[in-house]
Amino acid sequence: MKNETLLTEAELHAYVDGQLDGARRAAVEAYLATNPSEAERARAYVRQNEQLHALFDGALDEPVPEALRVQPTRRRASPMRYAALLAVAVVGGVFGWVLRGEEALTITASLPQQAALAHLVYAPEVQHPVEVSVREEAHLVSWLSKRLGAPVHAPQLTEAGYELVGGRLLPGADGPAAQFMYQDVRGNRLTLYVRTTADGNRETAFRYAKEDKVGVFYWVDGPFGYALSGEIERPQLLHVAESVYRALNP
Amino acid sequence: MRDANLFDEHIPRLRRYARALTGERTQADDLVQECLARAWEKLSLWQRGTDLRAWLFTILHNLFVNELRRRKSRPEMLALDDEALDAPRRATQEDGLGLRDLQAALNRLPVDQREVLLLVGLEEMSYDEVAKTLGIPMGTVMSRLSRARERLRVQLNSTGPALRRVK
Repeated sequence: MKNETLLTEAELHAYVDGQLDGARRAAVEAYLATNPSEAERARAYVRQNEQLHALFDGALDEPVPEALRVQPTRRRASPMRYAALLAVAVVGGVFGWVLRGEEALTITASLPQQAALAHLVYAPEVQHPVEVSVREEAHLVSWLSKRLGAPVHAPQLTEAGYELVGGRLLPGADGPAAQFMYQDVRGNRLTLYVRTTADGNRETAFRYAKEDKVGVFYWVDGPFGYALSGEIERPQLLHVAESVYRALNP
Repeated sequence: MRDANLFDEHIPRLRRYARALTGERTQADDLVQECLARAWEKLSLWQRGTDLRAWLFTILHNLFVNELRRRKSRPEMLALDDEALDAPRRATQEDGLGLRDLQAALNRLPVDQREVLLLVGLEEMSYDEVAKTLGIPMGTVMSRLSRARERLRVQLNSTGPALRRVK
């Protein structure tokens, strides 16, 4: 760092936090030696770190309450399931209201509602989120295709950050439906709900519906109605929905 | 896979972070408890060999942010936060260091800046780990860190040591 103007804001912080290697560190020190105001700023930041430790490190030495040490025995699966069932009642009401008055209801009306319901019930599942896991993907896809009476595909959503977990068969409004479950590295789950449409072979634009927590993008494409559900922000969900669409229409 | 003590070594750090984040002791332990319960539920999703600490802090972060969002939509719950500013601290013993001022200034920081500042300054994560834990780009980590520190510096200068020294 011969040129003094090369000290970036990021480097100043990395210096404060001890995240620079020896050579860079020496260079920053040399720079600060000739720049009193920047040196004062660095000192103030170092002091902030020290004071944070002085304020809060006491918590490290406190005995940990027993309640925090114990692994919950039932892992609270049943209250969550109960909440999901309660939410189902709410979803029904909300979607009914949102969709009232929209045209072309016949095919799509119950789609987001059923998809959100299926999402609420299965996405929180710890033990059995799917009926058939991704390890048997070929079997999963052929089985669901057979039951739905048309070839379905489980789209690859890796580029959107989601991996296929597996899938299951569900009862739909007029026939069976398939649910594919995906999850990202942080454990957030999305579900893609697929079901055959009554009159088939038409297309709709993406539509969006939302209950308290679950957002749903849904559309009809050929013989299938699709609904992508998740508890993530609308733009992110749209991004994944577009990936789904692209993967299904290469 | 089910090692009953798996999380134990991380609990003190989670408590320290939660306390600094919420500024309030009971709320902090509730948050940690919720975090651990969620972690046990989702344990099958944690990939062995990846950073367990970052994973736990991510869960805690998500819970905290969701909780804030919930409160925003139900403002009557906000009353709890006021206590935080007056919470008695053993730090008052060392008033000369301005620790109480720091606590107050910390509580006034926007949450996204407070999180980055604490993960770096208190938890001593690398910037890269912070980015992964919070699910934000590195550039965002750096800009939040920079804003948080400068904001604290300005506030601590103005509420000042000068006044304190008078008494």
